[in-house]
Amino acid sequence: MADDMTQTSVQTVAASAEHIEYVMRLGDNALILGQRLSEWCGHAPVIEEDLALANMALDLVGQARLLLTHAGNLEGKGRDEDQMAFLRVERDYRNVTMMEVPNEDFGRTTVRNFLYSAFQILLWQKLATSSDTELAAIAAKSLKEARYHFNHSAEWVIRLGDGTEVSHAKTQAALDYLWPYTAELFAANPTDEAVSAAGIGPAWGELEAEWEAMVLPVFVQATLVVPARTPFKTFGKFGRHSEHMGHLLAVMQHMQRTYPGAQW
Amino acid sequence: MLTEEQAWKLLDGVPDPEVPAVSVVELGIIRELHCADDGITVVVTPTYSGCPATEVIGLAIRDTLLEAGAGKVELQTRLDPAWTSDWIGEAAREKLRAYGIVPPTGKAAVGGAQPIHFVKKTLTCPRCGSNDTERLSEFGSTACKATYRCKSCLEPFEYFKPI
Repeated sequence: MADDMTQTSVQTVAASAEHIEYVMRLGDNALILGQRLSEWCGHAPVIEEDLALANMALDLVGQARLLLTHAGNLEGKGRDEDQMAFLRVERDYRNVTMMEVPNEDFGRTTVRNFLYSAFQILLWQKLATSSDTELAAIAAKSLKEARYHFNHSAEWVIRLGDGTEVSHAKTQAALDYLWPYTAELFAANPTDEAVSAAGIGPAWGELEAEWEAMVLPVFVQATLVVPARTPFKTFGKFGRHSEHMGHLLAVMQHMQRTYPGAQW
Repeated sequence: MLTEEQAWKLLDGVPDPEVPAVSVVELGIIRELHCADDGITVVVTPTYSGCPATEVIGLAIRDTLLEAGAGKVELQTRLDPAWTSDWIGEAAREKLRAYGIVPPTGKAAVGGAQPIHFVKKTLTCPRCGSNDTERLSEFGSTACKATYRCKSCLEPFEYFKPI
């Protein structure tokens, strides 16, 4: 993935561990969801959706490159985007668990894209004015892409939910499955608190009310019922992942593990 | 050694690899050029985060300038401000249309009004001029384009998305 273009910005002030962690979470969310979406390539129900899913995967992997490069620069240990993306162990990945659960079917993939792209829009809007200027630039760029992902998936959530008996049932099952995983996005934690206090970015929990205002009306329109909150909580952003993560990493890391440092 | 004017002109001859109807200059991704005695610095703002053409464009810029005797070429990536389709000029928009790609309509409206679901956008078919067209997908053969179909001449066509 390494290219020969040099980044213009150079971080001069040492970044806090929380700051690095926060950027890693963003980078890993993009990377792991991008990896999941890329699994659809050649397998989507129709060719238009094959292209759409591959395009969204590409956007996310592009964002992951920028974010992980930035995290590596902040960390200052000389790790580049490839080392960050491919040569870490499972416990060092900071994506929320919802990103790594299997695609299952088009319904679940679509509902996940919808839930996460709504969150991304809110987060990127806030981060576009971050005191971390590189992060702000990445956010402003990613926001434009997230809006397309949101519109696309929102249309499909409505079309599938308010569609046939089968599409409704599958999409409702997807929402029932994914909804508990969304709790992790908004759970308070020391990293978010420190980053928020430092003015680098919002604690994700601050976005919950706005996020619900974005997603709930679409579910109503889609005739889908949002399940009640339960105590279920996942901990992917602390590095404690589900059983699906190991398999995903084995597939994703295969080339770099086999030929470390390989370049296209 | 090249002058800035010469360098701009050279780069205006470098086509976008995925949309060869327009040059990288017309696309608005070359933000700045700085000529010094020993070489040229080119500041590039990529279109989409994951656009696979970015690296090919970098190589093409480098090759073109080196062949013209630039001496040394340094490429810098600049993310801020983010690329917008608003930077594609009028002449380039007409080239896109002639090539069969409908150019972006209106402003990218960043931070402003956002399209709502199932938004209907009337596009004119670049082949037959009919307004009876429909969107097939918000995404197309490249990150920057959507896929449409003309219901009059029945041909598919692409739309360069405003972003």
